Amino acid sequence: MATSPVGGRPGATATLRVNGVDRVVPLLPDRSLLYVLREELELTGTKYGCGEGECGACKVLLNGVAVRACKTPVGEAVGPPIETIEGLASSAERLHPVQKAFIEAGAFQCGFCTPGMIIAAVSLLKRLPEPTDEEIRAAMDGNICRCGGYARILEAIRNAATTAHVPSRSV
Amino acid sequence: MSSASSHRPFDLMEPTERPYFDLLGTGLVGVVPGQRPGPDGWGRGGPPHGGAWVHVGEDGRARAFIGKVDVGQGTRTALCLVVAEELSLPLSAVELTMGDTDVCPWDMGTFGSRSMPDAAQHLRSAGATAGAALRALGAKRLGVGPDRVELSNGSVVVRGADSGPSVPYRDLVRGLRKVELASPAVVPVAPSSWKQAGHPTTEVTAEEIVTGARRYTSDLRLPGMLHGKILFPPSYGARLVKVDLAGARTVPGVTAIHEGEVVAVAAPDLLSARLALSKIRAEWESPPQPDEKEVVEFLRNHPAEGEDFWDVMHHSTGDVASALGQAPISLRATFTSAYIAHVPLETRAVLASWEGGRLTVRVGTQTPFRARDALADALSLSPSDVRVIVPPTGSGFGGKHTTDLAIAAARLSKASGRPVRITYSREEEFVHAYFRPMAVIDLDAGAEKDGTLTAWQFHVLNAGSAAARTPYRVANQKIDNQPTDSPLPQASYRALAATANNFARESMIDELAARVGEDPVAYRLRHLEDDRLATVLRAVTERAAWVPRDHYGARPPAPTGQGVAVGLEKGGRVATFAEVRVDEQRRLEVRRLVTGYECGAIVHPSNLRSQVEGGTVMALGGALFEAVHFDNGRILNPRLSEYRVPRFHDLPPIEVILLDRPDLPSQGGGETPLIGVAPAVANAIFDATGTRLRSLPLAPDGLVP
Repeated sequence: MATSPVGGRPGATATLRVNGVDRVVPLLPDRSLLYVLREELELTGTKYGCGEGECGACKVLLNGVAVRACKTPVGEAVGPPIETIEGLASSAERLHPVQKAFIEAGAFQCGFCTPGMIIAAVSLLKRLPEPTDEEIRAAMDGNICRCGGYARILEAIRNAATTAHVPSRSV
Repeated sequence: MSSASSHRPFDLMEPTERPYFDLLGTGLVGVVPGQRPGPDGWGRGGPPHGGAWVHVGEDGRARAFIGKVDVGQGTRTALCLVVAEELSLPLSAVELTMGDTDVCPWDMGTFGSRSMPDAAQHLRSAGATAGAALRALGAKRLGVGPDRVELSNGSVVVRGADSGPSVPYRDLVRGLRKVELASPAVVPVAPSSWKQAGHPTTEVTAEEIVTGARRYTSDLRLPGMLHGKILFPPSYGARLVKVDLAGARTVPGVTAIHEGEVVAVAAPDLLSARLALSKIRAEWESPPQPDEKEVVEFLRNHPAEGEDFWDVMHHSTGDVASALGQAPISLRATFTSAYIAHVPLETRAVLASWEGGRLTVRVGTQTPFRARDALADALSLSPSDVRVIVPPTGSGFGGKHTTDLAIAAARLSKASGRPVRITYSREEEFVHAYFRPMAVIDLDAGAEKDGTLTAWQFHVLNAGSAAARTPYRVANQKIDNQPTDSPLPQASYRALAATANNFARESMIDELAARVGEDPVAYRLRHLEDDRLATVLRAVTERAAWVPRDHYGARPPAPTGQGVAVGLEKGGRVATFAEVRVDEQRRLEVRRLVTGYECGAIVHPSNLRSQVEGGTVMALGGALFEAVHFDNGRILNPRLSEYRVPRFHDLPPIEVILLDRPDLPSQGGGETPLIGVAPAVANAIFDATGTRLRSLPLAPDGLVP
């Protein structure tokens, strides 16, 4: 890894628990969790969309709750379990119920917002296993789908809520 | 280095000379030859194209190749479906390579809703050509006449025999190196007989999308890769006077270049690249640019030569001046639409690398072959020495035609000797891309006392000619588009000028109906020349339970209003119904939208429905609140916190009615469904309030002005 001249104490590291696995990363506390996930750990399912917490494409579960990785300094992510889109399915054959519901509803077009949408939905359904449409809209309003697929995403979350209350895999 | 000859792109070779079997192994190939642009940039009797080709291999699978790209509009699955259909293979046995300039047929670019009318038809023909060859081979193997056999689930079988003799494709193509060129004698399966195409299907990309496994350009990396940043001008039109790269070069590991128009840096990590960029000292000369308030006058005073889809357009029938002079009813109004941004959720991204003397550029572009040629030009290479690959792309909406970032990455990669990736920040994506052109439309309409249209003068400034023509019967017409200079960069956009032109026309039609107190649906139906469009309008008003209106336009303001609009563009027919509520504080709520759409034979109905739903939402943003604000060549709202796009809370109930016409050629569905939304909402606002809004966006602050 190249030494960065930008901030941080050279050589300092931290351990992140990502998708159930301990990962050692350079500790540059000002760096965002998004940067570390994508650039250091190559977990690229978590997307950069805006860098200002407006679009939700970078959402990951921190302690089971969706957070915007672009606005989360990596220092704040040391300790609690982190779950990214890559960690949701236990295998290709065993997709998370929310992932299945997205496929069944055809709830994506370009797919770039989908990981963040799914993470936000998983977080919502943990908190509110049977949300109303209004609760879904309110919880998902921080996630942008520029392709305009909101109706199908709503349908997918609704279906995921009614077909299964399976919490995401514990990490 | 000359590795070129061994990498000669397929599109630069004759269809029969391409090394298909070196690439994919022995088998059978069906090829549709291309049609290059003529001297006027257009092909003979249709758009230029590079055709298509389909390989059936010894594994019994089909691999198809097309020059179009899927940047999120779902054409990949639709195009796989038509190949699966022609070859009677399960969808899972079909692979499709799109937009790889080394092996795909040449293509002018993915725009203008051409993937269904062009690419799908070429792939049908290529598939049918391979299918006919398989039937001939199978019949021979089975010892029957070619007309006695058919293709069934990967095998050639004797027609009508339930458990008769059959032979799988893999056995027929073993050891074969056969190239069949499409001929008019080979006819693809008629849409009315489709077994797979035309039926709802899960997207072939579904699983990789929901698991996060899908690698977009911005997710790609190569060993030793550097991160690039481009130095952009501080305002539109600014010219670089002087630049000093010394500061940037003090950052460890940085390569800094100033070549041609490109000033850029590359560094081992993004933060170092940003730091290096901030250390470049540049002087710019920034010519003054008009601000937002004076833009209409600016466009009026700056006519320009036409080019590309900005073509100067003149259409004239009858004598519009004298018809307007004699008309008992005449209305005149000016309509405008603002500059708006594409805001693809994946910002522009590119990854460039060199191997020997050959350049490979992975880039989310809608025009890979144009990008290849631009790269070859900029770097003084032969097109054969450039390969452009389009990875999965996080949407485009007409916004990803640019090649400047690809050129910058290629130059940085050459200078540093390392692969270089550039991903735009959101702000860069807003500011250093281009916008949907602003429209100013001056409209004069004349009618008899009973409202019958007699004169139609439609003058478009800057936006373009799409959907400028009218689908209504009117004897005296003058329709033209005048390109102008622009105070902001502008180019292609989903539906482009059709949104503004349709907004102007459908608003004016509504004004005419209101002027004579006629029901706006009946008024449209009695003037529509196109039966297909009338059918769509009827279907929508039936679903919306439209109650014909007496004395339209004369009722006092009411909390809710309803409006309709139609549109005919790129072969698609759309009708939109809108219901709005405007409360006492003039707050606007869109309560319901119904979009009806007909585009010939539907190839992939679930995706078409998705496109119409999503397009309706996107159109709602431009109709209600999206606008780029600017002053003196600078963008004032280049962030998602400042430029509002539709979110969940903006989503009204949307109903979609698809009218399937298997008897008609398939047309695109990504653009035309958008163009009824703005006028239907504006007409509904008029119905509710009596206020006629003639500028998009209609209610930027959520309030009816």
